[in-house]
Amino acid sequence: MALIKDIAKVCKSKNAGPFQLTLDVVFETRAEYDAVAATGVLTPSLFAALYDVDEADVIFTPYPAGLAFKATIPRAIPAGDLGDTDVYGCQQHAPLLEVDIPVNAVAKG
Amino acid sequence: MSGSPSAYRMLSTSGLLGYGFPESSLERGLARGVDMIGVDGGSTDPGPFYLGSGKMLSSKRAMARDLGLMVRAAAKNKVPMVIGTCGGAGGAPHLEQTADIVRTIAREAGLKLRLATIAAEQDKADLHRAHAEGRMARLTAGPDTDPARIDRSERVVAMMGPEPFAAALDNGADIVLAGRSSDPAPWAAMAIRGGQPPAQAWYSGKMLECGATPSVPKGHDCLYVTVDQDSVTLEPTAPERRCTPSSVANHALHENSSPCIHVEPGGVLDTTDCLFEAASDRAVRVSGMHWQPKPYTVKLEGAELVGYRAISICGTRDPLLIATLDRFLGEVRESVATKVGNLGVTPDDYTLIIRRYGQTGVMGASDPLARALPHEVGFVIEVIGPDQDTADAVLSVARVTMLHTDFPGRLCREGNMAFPYSPSDISAGPVYRFSVFQTMAVDDPLSPFPITYEDL
Repeated sequence: MALIKDIAKVCKSKNAGPFQLTLDVVFETRAEYDAVAATGVLTPSLFAALYDVDEADVIFTPYPAGLAFKATIPRAIPAGDLGDTDVYGCQQHAPLLEVDIPVNAVAKG
Repeated sequence: MSGSPSAYRMLSTSGLLGYGFPESSLERGLARGVDMIGVDGGSTDPGPFYLGSGKMLSSKRAMARDLGLMVRAAAKNKVPMVIGTCGGAGGAPHLEQTADIVRTIAREAGLKLRLATIAAEQDKADLHRAHAEGRMARLTAGPDTDPARIDRSERVVAMMGPEPFAAALDNGADIVLAGRSSDPAPWAAMAIRGGQPPAQAWYSGKMLECGATPSVPKGHDCLYVTVDQDSVTLEPTAPERRCTPSSVANHALHENSSPCIHVEPGGVLDTTDCLFEAASDRAVRVSGMHWQPKPYTVKLEGAELVGYRAISICGTRDPLLIATLDRFLGEVRESVATKVGNLGVTPDDYTLIIRRYGQTGVMGASDPLARALPHEVGFVIEVIGPDQDTADAVLSVARVTMLHTDFPGRLCREGNMAFPYSPSDISAGPVYRFSVFQTMAVDDPLSPFPITYEDL
């Protein structure tokens, strides 16, 4: 078992335009990416649960060329609208850091 | 490859005009030979304020520094300088203020240049006609296309494709300053005009619009890109940076809903099958991108005035208060509503938001740790009212109510909040929201974007 914060090379969030938020998890090697993909933990339903959105609204893209998984979700409040907490959307990744992936932890390079 | 046009060479100075770049990086790029230089001028990323207010994102001083180096470099090397989304949001005031900086630079340097400015701000009557003709379409997660949103907007810009840039160059422009543009469009225009295929041209724009961001280490710096019939080769000009297959592949994740499917005016760039190969220890060659033409649409962006904001910043270090914050803030809210009634203000006149840094300030109530009790909590008390005077008056009441409202077990009877500033209240001015965010089908990619020429 391994937490994303201990095995990922990059774990980040950002606006994808003012109405969507996009989350990326990137791994260092193809072997790590394949091992994580094989666990099936990173799915639209995981992101739906972590960010309290409908699963049907999660655009989930495994991106082997970048050794990355991307999930794009609607923003609860558009960027800069009243009550928004994060205009750039760049600090919404923390719940992902704690996701446990059932792989043998490999020391990060 | 006989008969093919020679490779097209472009230099992007940074991720955004006014972010700065090392002069030595520009010189290194120029020394390799370039066919054009440019930089992206803006984005929706900093929020709706800039589009709504007409204010510029970067300071004039920072823009003048970057533009001064770029205009002189373009003139000396006899290559075009092309900038999209001028001034941050690409509306009429942003374009005009950017053009003014360029006019001053050209005059002071004694340069004779032909300047093209391409407007992107849309006439509301034209937009209503497009709506009536059924040419508007909603975007994923975006607002509905109710034309009342157009009327409420301070301004609406359309995002141009490559065609207006190409037209300006065809008419002899040395410098092209454009309003709101698709970020890759200026670069795509130049590479297509240089005889390269649209897939490679659009891909190059996707990389160039962020300057040296596709390289490591990241920084505000220059990127040199070569486009040919099959591929795009990227290399940062600063020797301490390098592009790696991984850094370039991962740039496709940046601010996109998909790393593979990129919808642009007039088509879709598909990077699913891209192959990333090291061309050297600091350059990367990318091939395998595809361009699929589609009916021509442009994205529309509008911003409307919401009201006027006033804020105050304070914090508590009292564990007895932190343990009962929900109830305390509820009482503050009720007490403020009662007190402002004496000032002729009703609760419908204002919005009161109390942000709790240390608990829910960054992620809101959906934060999995929202119920954790930290040893201190920072607050931003925020009031949005119909005018600045009302916002200021309500904030003043809210601030003193936060300071002195009683709570069960209270020992700190002189005050609940530590305020770091005097004055504690800040009038933050007009507040905008994105009101229009949709696509509009157009027959002619040039017609929404009139071009004006002037000889400097």
